[in-house]
Amino acid sequence: MTRYTAARTSIRTASIMVIFTLMFTSMMSLTYRATRPAIEASQFAERMRLMNEILPAGAYNNPLLDDYVELGPTPELGLDRGGRIYRARRDGEPVALIIEVVAPDGYAGRIQLAVAIDPTGRVSGVRATNHAETPGLGDYIDPRKDKERARPWINQFTGVSFQEVGEESWRVRRDGGVFDYRIGATISARAVTMATGRAARFALTHHVALFDAKAGSRLGEVTE
Amino acid sequence: MNMRSFRENAYNGLWKQNPGLVQLLGLCPILAISTNMVNAVSLGLATILVMAVANLAIASLRNFIPYEIRIPVFILVIASLVTIVDLSFNAWLHELYLVLGIFIPLIVTNCIVLARVEAYAAKNDPISSTIDGVMMGLGLVWVLAVLGGVRELIGGGTLFSGIDMIFPSLSPIQVFGDGYHDFLIAILPPGAFFALGCLIALFNWINMRAAARAARRPKPVTAVSDAEAASAG
Repeated sequence: MTRYTAARTSIRTASIMVIFTLMFTSMMSLTYRATRPAIEASQFAERMRLMNEILPAGAYNNPLLDDYVELGPTPELGLDRGGRIYRARRDGEPVALIIEVVAPDGYAGRIQLAVAIDPTGRVSGVRATNHAETPGLGDYIDPRKDKERARPWINQFTGVSFQEVGEESWRVRRDGGVFDYRIGATISARAVTMATGRAARFALTHHVALFDAKAGSRLGEVTE
Repeated sequence: MNMRSFRENAYNGLWKQNPGLVQLLGLCPILAISTNMVNAVSLGLATILVMAVANLAIASLRNFIPYEIRIPVFILVIASLVTIVDLSFNAWLHELYLVLGIFIPLIVTNCIVLARVEAYAAKNDPISSTIDGVMMGLGLVWVLAVLGGVRELIGGGTLFSGIDMIFPSLSPIQVFGDGYHDFLIAILPPGAFFALGCLIALFNWINMRAAARAARRPKPVTAVSDAEAASAG
């Protein structure tokens, strides 16, 4: 059996490690490049499907995914790194804003929501786009996981106006508000309700500036 | 590769060396995902795939991997393969990805993959290593199915909730009816430990009973029992 010196062993193992690393990293990057177009296409389809759930496809006739404004970091919406607001119009007239909002106070961390709101502050639909709420417990905020198929919890926001309900009552019943929650998982419901309320208030306050901004432009500071 | 080593691999994976009940590796994903049966089995299926591919890759490359740096190489190979499987599923099997997708990256955190690569694939030929990976994965699947089923049944009174996301024509079974008060601790993290503990106790009890029976029975002259066949290997 050949005995190698320490230096030779180090160089030998290091070069083998380098070869393996190069081999597998290039395999990964090849796969990445090959899969990119298909993945982007399905992400686009997924976003479109979600938007159709919260905003009826017939309600607007502009290219929704191209008509957006970029937001800088907006604490009011829980957006630490900014986000996008999509604007639905029908023959040029404002129909609704689709606002990304983050509820920082979910039971298992952040809950990302997409909320569609018309200029008067009436909610057209809400969907949780990303969350880690307890399966079987708090995940009823996602209608696909909701046990009550016929009347998903999240649909109670549909058609509700922020102005009519009022900021004081835009809470779950347990906190003296008007919205239902499921027993055993109040925190998830409270987080979604409050975040939806913040999005509605944001839309109500800023809809003029938001609809007027040039498509694709970036709003640094949204002024009151 | 012959029938005997196939049976041995199967017996080890499914029962004697069961990754969920005996090796107790990969507890983190097992406990986290087993809140219902559908999720649990989905994670198990994704694990089978990754373990089979990882074992196959390492067993094929085993003669080129120096002993001193085997662990970093294993980790490199497993992580790359999981990434590749994840991306390919996302791109070309998108329907399946929507169901299994979130579980695939989780598998990297599962020690059982690294454990089987180190304990088996690094010393055996590619075909038996692949079978070992599949069998270990199957062993994990049945434990996950039982665990998920029990927790879901006690915690929510249902079985197969979420099945409609995989097969839209099927719907979950309400076992205890609408009046059932959810016994939530079964779904919460402590319930995972209680359920797994009980399952391991039951497993050990069955094994002890079988051993006691085998000891009482006079030794047969011709037939070789399963236990002996396995311990001979």
